[in-house]
Amino acid sequence: MSLGAEQLERLAALARLRIDPGEAPALKDALERILGLAEELAAADTTGIDPLANPLDAVQPLRADTVTESNRRDAFQAIAPAVEDGLYLVPRVVE
Amino acid sequence: MASETPVTASSLLEALDQGRCSAEELIRDCLDRIGAVDGALNSFITVDAEGALAAARAADADRAAGRAGPLAGLPLAHKDIFCTEGLRTSCASRMLDTFVPPYSATAVQRLATAGAVTVGKTNMDEFAMGSSNETSYYGPCRNPWDGDRVPGGSSGGSAAAVAAGLVPAATGTDTGGSIRQPAALCGITGIKPTYGRVSRLGMIAFASSLDQGGVMARSAEDCALLLGTMAGHDPADSTSAREPVPDYRSGLTMALDGLRIGLPRRWFDASLDSAVGDRLRAALGELEARGARLVDIDLPHNHLSIPAYYLIAPAEASTNLARYDGVRYGHRCKAPLDLEDLYTRSREEGFGAEVQRRILIGTYALSAGYYDAYYKKAQQTRRLIRQDYLDAFTGVDVIAGPTAPGTAFRLGEKIDDPVTMYQEDSYTLGVNLAGLPALSLPVEPLGGLPVGLQLIGQHFDEARLLALAHRYQQDTDWHLQAPPPPGGAA
Repeated sequence: MSLGAEQLERLAALARLRIDPGEAPALKDALERILGLAEELAAADTTGIDPLANPLDAVQPLRADTVTESNRRDAFQAIAPAVEDGLYLVPRVVE
Repeated sequence: MASETPVTASSLLEALDQGRCSAEELIRDCLDRIGAVDGALNSFITVDAEGALAAARAADADRAAGRAGPLAGLPLAHKDIFCTEGLRTSCASRMLDTFVPPYSATAVQRLATAGAVTVGKTNMDEFAMGSSNETSYYGPCRNPWDGDRVPGGSSGGSAAAVAAGLVPAATGTDTGGSIRQPAALCGITGIKPTYGRVSRLGMIAFASSLDQGGVMARSAEDCALLLGTMAGHDPADSTSAREPVPDYRSGLTMALDGLRIGLPRRWFDASLDSAVGDRLRAALGELEARGARLVDIDLPHNHLSIPAYYLIAPAEASTNLARYDGVRYGHRCKAPLDLEDLYTRSREEGFGAEVQRRILIGTYALSAGYYDAYYKKAQQTRRLIRQDYLDAFTGVDVIAGPTAPGTAFRLGEKIDDPVTMYQEDSYTLGVNLAGLPALSLPVEPLGGLPVGLQLIGQHFDEARLLALAHRYQQDTDWHLQAPPPPGGAA
């Protein structure tokens, strides 16, 4: 199992993480070792076996399409890093 | 309450019921002990002295007025992964260092409604990702039996706080062993219920198909008491089970004659510390002497739990942790250049090394071109692992084995090598993948360090595990042994 430098960068971009260039070699080594564990799975014959996503085989329950929650915008926005007039603030996207 | 023998939650409630002490006295006592020893132990991230005293006084008033709930005045600590309205909930991450939730987890709410008093929030591995409590942003918690050793993880703070007698019980969560392994390493009793038994609402998500809340306490009796309050269907959690919750406390005395206990052959081989194996065999012998039958079983795919889990859990984590974007809550980097920089730098600064590794592994396993070979293969293997357990349960009532491969290890011993750390979970991961209930209870210690016996049950059969552990604890007192007082005085 080996990860190319370009692959590591692509993963980081997908995950919205920035990798410190100084830490990249150690990180790459750790990720390779962890992914190396996955090779053990080759020992399992999974032909025709359905993937298991929920250990109880539960399915998503449905409920009546009615409003059950109250508006708590102020409480939720009170913990946001930056808000104004009920809106979340982010750096300008459109000039 | 400050005595040589640790006090159980059940005995404290009895003392409160009989008016031998007040809730306020109990809470002051807890706060005093935390103040005296937790500087060295670091089992708490946040202590809510003011809130706890106010809740204790309210519990005393409720008792006086004859309207007290069943847990009125009982001091409890919550793992800092459970949202507590108005009280900082950090998940031991810089990302949530200042996060004060606008609501409480269902499990927290149910315990509070029953009258339990929240003393504080306990230390843990960051986002519950770790087996030693060393990935916490707030520094490692130490094992009360030996301060140079880890308490286990991820619910290490809850385990250490209970073991050190700072609180009689605490909540924990278990995604791959995070209640059972620290319970074993700290010499207490901890139960991870069936997946879906305890609501996940307000429990900060790590791996949603594996996460389950539970109890860490001195005794099986205390676990029964608290689990009965926490468990049950929650319409606000779509994965919450609708199965009725039995009265675990009255179930403690159920007949266990002829109970068949399955021992997975490969769990007692060379990968297990041989002295730990001897301790476990001695405990199993005692259960046999009380009428249980020991039966050899095989779980042919269980050794694949580590690779299956360490793809599935990170895959789910990478999805769950995508919500931390520096916009709505949580850490935000200073002076972001643009939106991309805001996301990326906030996440890089907010997450520690192990969390970042797991996000990257999960991203890899879910990405185009790798999904089938990694994520799907792991989920198929998960079905085989679950089937092994279901097959075994056609011939046995309970499965028993080690909780951890050894006793508590030294701080720093495994933290630099994630793959070595992951081996710590060999005996616990399969249970989460299969969604089964399991508990760890202390047996005879080894060289002054606790050893845990793991009991695994069929889906929704927590009552039998609690009854079996209770039976053992009726005739032994390993669960009541306390670590040496801090400072080394014998």
